[in-house]
Amino acid sequence: MARITAGVASSHVPAIGVAVDLGKTQDEYWSPLFRGYEFTKQWIAEEKPDVVLLVYNDHASAFGLDMIPTFAIGCGESFKPADEGWGARQVPEVKGCPDLAWHIMQSVIQDDFDLTVINEMEVDHGLTVPLSLMFGQPEAWPCKVIPLAVNVVVYPPPSGQRCYNLGKALRRAVDSFDEDFNVQIWGTGGMSHQLQGPRAGFINKKWDKQFLDRLVNEPDELATMPHIDYLREAGSEGVELVMWLIMRGALNCDVKELHRFYHVPASNTAVGHLILENTL
Amino acid sequence: MALDKPYADIPGTTIFDADQARMGYHLNQFCMSLMKAECREQFKSDERGYLDGWPMTEDQKQAVLDRDYNRMIELGGNVYFLSKIFFTDGQSFEQAAAAMTGVTREEYRKMMLSGGRSPEGNRYKGEQ
Repeated sequence: MARITAGVASSHVPAIGVAVDLGKTQDEYWSPLFRGYEFTKQWIAEEKPDVVLLVYNDHASAFGLDMIPTFAIGCGESFKPADEGWGARQVPEVKGCPDLAWHIMQSVIQDDFDLTVINEMEVDHGLTVPLSLMFGQPEAWPCKVIPLAVNVVVYPPPSGQRCYNLGKALRRAVDSFDEDFNVQIWGTGGMSHQLQGPRAGFINKKWDKQFLDRLVNEPDELATMPHIDYLREAGSEGVELVMWLIMRGALNCDVKELHRFYHVPASNTAVGHLILENTL
Repeated sequence: MALDKPYADIPGTTIFDADQARMGYHLNQFCMSLMKAECREQFKSDERGYLDGWPMTEDQKQAVLDRDYNRMIELGGNVYFLSKIFFTDGQSFEQAAAAMTGVTREEYRKMMLSGGRSPEGNRYKGEQ
């Protein structure tokens, strides 16, 4: 049987990808950030997940305004890195896991979550930066990846509660898959940041740290937080954090926190990172 | 019934909601075209001519030519779409954010390194 063994939360700032690609990870500016992921790289090399269910948002790369799916699952064989305006990142192609992705689609739709199926899609920094943070610069990514794209660009994103419940449905879907896969679920984006207008650069450390605590210890209550609280307290782009609730919903009520890291700034953003083990 | 906008009282912030997405449709779709290298070259060699190929308003086109990102956002642009313009110009999100807040890149970076813009006084309009 497939099982979700752990959840990972991480920000996915594009400048982090640039720092990796240009060999700047040891710079004075960037080294404190990458140090926060050293534990993770060792941990994941030992864990060797077969598949990562990677919850992220597209940033006007695969989805413009012509189609805006709230939840979309990548069921294709592979996904190329997108050209976001400065040429595609020189990172390996992302290999999908169609067997499990189609199984999840069938299970979750019958569990009341109407996912959009995507077979052809390019993936942007929202998906490739977390892979770089966890795996560094391998010639090929060491596991298969199922992209789960969530609209957080056009307001409103799905509610925190809806995301949390989707996580629970994903858990049921993975649990009912026959093959013996070690599956991780990653929730990406956040933490507090605002990229637009005169309030750009907004950071709320106190709120972010409470969010981390509550995500670990009281996710049921956290899931009920309305969008306006994210927008006001974590910045207009901080609302991406609803995606972390999908990850959390797919884990047990009680989890073991293996690692926590918080750092300001990465470009315009507060970076948060958690590893939560699904104690079985 | 009008859309409920509980976020309208957040200072210095435009939420990319249904009204903004409708107003900015062509502006944002123009931005999407800049994901192709050949389109970026065409745009750079004749910005006005390239913009005239899109059914955008004159105000939207002028805001693009002026690289006035706050104005583009006011006219329905979304920052993730607009990023294709500043990436085409070889600029980063950090540089664009500095421009939108009216400070130099160095000043902006310094603010971020000292913890970012504080939430104090920045949650509600009129709070400052």
